[in-house]
Amino acid sequence: MVGLVWLIPALPLAGFLLLVFFGKRIGEPRAGWIGTSAVALAFVTACLVFVGLWGEPEHTYELSLFQWIPAGHFNVDIGILLDPLSMAMVLFVTGIASLIHLYSIGYMHGDSRFPRFFTYLNLFVFSMLVLVLGNNMVLTFLGWEGVGACSYFLISFWFEKEENASAGKKAFITNRVGDWGFMVAIFMTFFAFGTVTYTQFLPMAPGLAQTTATFIALMLFVGAIGKSAQIPLFIWLPDAMAGPTPVSALIHAATMVTAGVYLLVRVNPIIAASASWIPWMIAIVGVATAFLAATIALAQQDIKKVLAYSTVSQLGYMFLAIGVGGYSAAIFHMITHAFFKALLFLGAGSVIHGMHDEQDMRRMGALRKIMPVTAVTFIIGWLAIAGVPPFSGFWSKDDILAYALHKSPILYVIGLITALLTAFYMSRLVFRVFYGDARWGESAEGELANLNAHTATDAVETGDQADAHDDAHADAGHGAVHPHESKWPMLVPLIVLAFFAAVAGVLNLPFTEHLEFLNRWLEPVVGENQAHLSLGGVQLTVELVISTTIALLGIFGAYMVYLKNKVDPRRIELPFFANGWYIDQGITKFMGGIGRKGFELIAMFDKVVIDGAVNGVGRATRGGASRLRAIENGYVRWYALMIGVGAVLIVAFVMTQVSL
Amino acid sequence: MGSNLSLAYLMLSAILFVIGGVGVLIRRNPLVMIMCVELMLNAVNLSFVTFGKMLDDISGQIIVFFVMVVAAAEVVVGLALIVAMARRRPGATADDLRTLRG
Repeated sequence: MVGLVWLIPALPLAGFLLLVFFGKRIGEPRAGWIGTSAVALAFVTACLVFVGLWGEPEHTYELSLFQWIPAGHFNVDIGILLDPLSMAMVLFVTGIASLIHLYSIGYMHGDSRFPRFFTYLNLFVFSMLVLVLGNNMVLTFLGWEGVGACSYFLISFWFEKEENASAGKKAFITNRVGDWGFMVAIFMTFFAFGTVTYTQFLPMAPGLAQTTATFIALMLFVGAIGKSAQIPLFIWLPDAMAGPTPVSALIHAATMVTAGVYLLVRVNPIIAASASWIPWMIAIVGVATAFLAATIALAQQDIKKVLAYSTVSQLGYMFLAIGVGGYSAAIFHMITHAFFKALLFLGAGSVIHGMHDEQDMRRMGALRKIMPVTAVTFIIGWLAIAGVPPFSGFWSKDDILAYALHKSPILYVIGLITALLTAFYMSRLVFRVFYGDARWGESAEGELANLNAHTATDAVETGDQADAHDDAHADAGHGAVHPHESKWPMLVPLIVLAFFAAVAGVLNLPFTEHLEFLNRWLEPVVGENQAHLSLGGVQLTVELVISTTIALLGIFGAYMVYLKNKVDPRRIELPFFANGWYIDQGITKFMGGIGRKGFELIAMFDKVVIDGAVNGVGRATRGGASRLRAIENGYVRWYALMIGVGAVLIVAFVMTQVSL
Repeated sequence: MGSNLSLAYLMLSAILFVIGGVGVLIRRNPLVMIMCVELMLNAVNLSFVTFGKMLDDISGQIIVFFVMVVAAAEVVVGLALIVAMARRRPGATADDLRTLRG
């Protein structure tokens, strides 16, 4: 059964090809069902392959389909590497993608480019599977670029609006920085090992010179922070929310953005062979991103922006886990995060849909009675991400924190503070959307006017999407909103995801070794380089109690602020946070000022030196030729004379040489 | 054959060759130019035969046959070109055909 593995990427590819050629003719509901079934079949195949993989030695299976680039010593195959890591990724990618496809049928209903949406989604799933299943770095890079391109297409899906188009461009350009790092890492890997196939060079990694390993690891890290939105390249992800909400759920929360984490886990022997500051750097960047993004999420008003910064923050946790040697914890959190964050995004999408494209939380409230299913599932997702036991997020976050404590107490404490912030801002979101007063009626206008006046100055400066939204709606007269619950294609994925978000913790319970299924499953891939924790019963209990307390504290804090109104929210939602620590503005300012001067200087250099050299060669050739052409006068006798003179000269030369 | 006689043949060959060469260089009528080329070829043939006789080597005479065959082929092509040219541009000399100048 494991030989069927090639079908897993082939099915979404077939769906893509079918839709790209006949999408328009197939029409609205059917194009969606075709896309959904292609991915769902891939998921079924993945399950069969999973069963088959148990029988393989070390749970690893490699399949080379055909030779792609044979060039001297450089050989790249189209090949599949199925090992515990890629199997875990494939299962959750196809599973969540199927649910989100189903959801999209409901969400995209009535859109003028409905078939094209599913075309892109299928292409995305195909690229993601190539990324995950590729048995060499070049193939991974192909998938890497593929998901990047699909991300760009889908962020700008409603390209009629200028800001959506520029959000897509921003994502694409920011990712380019990371892609550069990944490419350099591939070149360097080939240079060092003579191959880019994982199963060939990873076993050789421990014997690699430390400087080389450090350089490769650094470049891979640059690639990973681009795709996985870490400091300083995280700025594209919040803007990527301009895309349709299922896209945010699939690409910018559950799958694509975890590609960087996957890559680093995949090359863990290289990280192990590099200098010791590399893991430290990964951990510090991760925890700093987690903290920074969590503070920004505190002050966002757009429901999707909160979730976007929350995603950045959770990805930071995964990087922290990699840095402290908890590779299995990173994958564990990746999987649980995929469940609960996809759930939260889809829930948010359901809310946005029900509120007729309203994204501002200041215009929501008390929706739990109108949208019971959405509310219940969303609340499960909230408890999971906030880290309340026994929901999945609690176990995975705690796993990471345990590894962090093993490495350094400072990392652990910052991780805990971030967990507190996470619980706080997610509770804020839930309380503002589903509890409290209904602010979507006409009665809310007064309060809104107040809030608008308060944030007007910020809005002008940041050009924030949500605020721009406000003004448009305020003019149109806002009282006509009648929220409604979504239809079944949107609710079924919510329920399924809610189930998994609640129980996914059983994948890796920390109590006994027998319960750590995921740890043991990933053993062949990461086993050698995984930090070893031996948690005693007392230490484990203390840690779990601390985590639980922190989560409940965060929720309680948000309860006091947003439901009991004991504290003015403005004291927490500082403009500094709302503007994302002014990082975007800082970059704009730098690029517009000093940066621009620098680029102009480089452009000058290009024009004068590079172009000058090229044009100079051309001019010299032309000048020389115009003098030389005089002897080509076209008279046959002249040519004959030249031949004669030449022959005489050669004969004379030969004769002088011979006589000597 | 005395060496003086051989020298005379070689002198004749050289004279014929120079006449042919000068003819190619100064005449403008293509037909005359071809004839001059033929003259040069036959001057060389004469020297081949002479050297073959002097050195008592038969290959000097054999190679002449090769030269004659090549010359015949060359004349066929050359005359064909001249006829074609004469049809297109009657009265044209070799100096009029200088499209390929630099």
